[in-house]
Amino acid sequence: MILMLNIFTIIMMISNIMMFLSIIISKKTYMDREKCSPFECGFDPKSSARIPFSLHFFLITVIFLIFDVEIALIFPIIKLFKLVNFFLWTKISFFFILILLIGLYHEWNQNMLNWTN
Amino acid sequence: MFILDIYLIMIGLLILIVGVLIGVAYLTLLERKVLGYIQIRKGPNKVGFMGILQPFSDGIKLFTKEQTYPNFSNYICYYFSPVLSFILCLMIWMLIPYYFNLVSFNLGILFFLSCTSLGVYTVMVSGWSSNSNYALLGGLRAVAQTISYEVSLALILMSSIVMIMDFNLLMFSLYQSMIWFIFLMFPLGLCWMSSSLAETNRTPFDFAEGESELVSGFNVEYSSGGFVLIFLAEYSSILFMSLLFTLIYLGGFNLSIFFYLKLSLISFLFVWVRGTLPRYRYDKLMYLSWKSYLPVSLNFLLFFLGFKVFLI
Repeated sequence: MILMLNIFTIIMMISNIMMFLSIIISKKTYMDREKCSPFECGFDPKSSARIPFSLHFFLITVIFLIFDVEIALIFPIIKLFKLVNFFLWTKISFFFILILLIGLYHEWNQNMLNWTN
Repeated sequence: MFILDIYLIMIGLLILIVGVLIGVAYLTLLERKVLGYIQIRKGPNKVGFMGILQPFSDGIKLFTKEQTYPNFSNYICYYFSPVLSFILCLMIWMLIPYYFNLVSFNLGILFFLSCTSLGVYTVMVSGWSSNSNYALLGGLRAVAQTISYEVSLALILMSSIVMIMDFNLLMFSLYQSMIWFIFLMFPLGLCWMSSSLAETNRTPFDFAEGESELVSGFNVEYSSGGFVLIFLAEYSSILFMSLLFTLIYLGGFNLSIFFYLKLSLISFLFVWVRGTLPRYRYDKLMYLSWKSYLPVSLNFLLFFLGFKVFLI
């Protein structure tokens, strides 16, 4: 743990120094108004960038959340292999993955995975 | 004794970081050369001896460029998200499975998964905070894409973990001394390859920075230092993905030069794919992840669980 903290500190120092160095040694002419405006092919941006986005992205994220939680539940199966009864382990893992698979097919059947409607 | 150990590990860490950065630099040179010869022209061949020093001159040029401060951007987020992505990519490299002198993880796979899932946030924040429409769109696309491929990536990884029943990356070489896993699970290997292409936002799936539609995607507003850090992070994650492919499917790490040869061949494959394939369509990308790779990897996971039970 202390080792990882040390490593993290060193890596953080290196990357912050790289960013800081580029700020110090780079050429600076930010008097220009156009230079600081968001990039939009030579004219001022027409609409704000803080706009609402398509709901599909959010729905995909919700589906991802379910599957990621289930992956997090699958991972202990590996470690449990050496600890619990073999027959029990087989039964539990098979049923768990089968339920996950049926859930995926159900979601497919309900057209949740369609990107365009 | 303990403090000497720490010193040794820190020196090893510094050497590893320098090695990774130089490797990334030469990966970009390799990419430019290979793309050049694919398009029947020579790549960079002037700087230094036959273009050997090209990446360093690129780096110096990028560092002396001007750093912009976009109007109405969330400046703290804008400034620190490339730094964070670079930190994450270097932290992933701590996983490199040496027998000595670096950290040896017992739960390396979990560390890998957590670091790659944190990588989504940096792309999202750098796209959102730079207050540009292109950057926002690129960031959104990158988030949805990376998230959906992460699920299939984790599940494909699961079936090879089920074969070795351990989270330690060193175990892969132990279980593959007789036969490589690519021969046991060839379809899964191909799924892993394209999932890692999508996970690192590489070319057939580079919707985060589609040059033809969004100008440069989530990093439009970045210049000099921020761009360098994003660039280094992306290419080092490509190198790490090819390392992981070699580790899992092509024999694992066994203290021989062929490991590095296989690694560089796989990273050449990444470049080759970029030179060959056109960009995919976004809805097809989503279908590919949710309707092909996810069911296939789940079914294969079930199969390999049964296979493992059969073996024991």
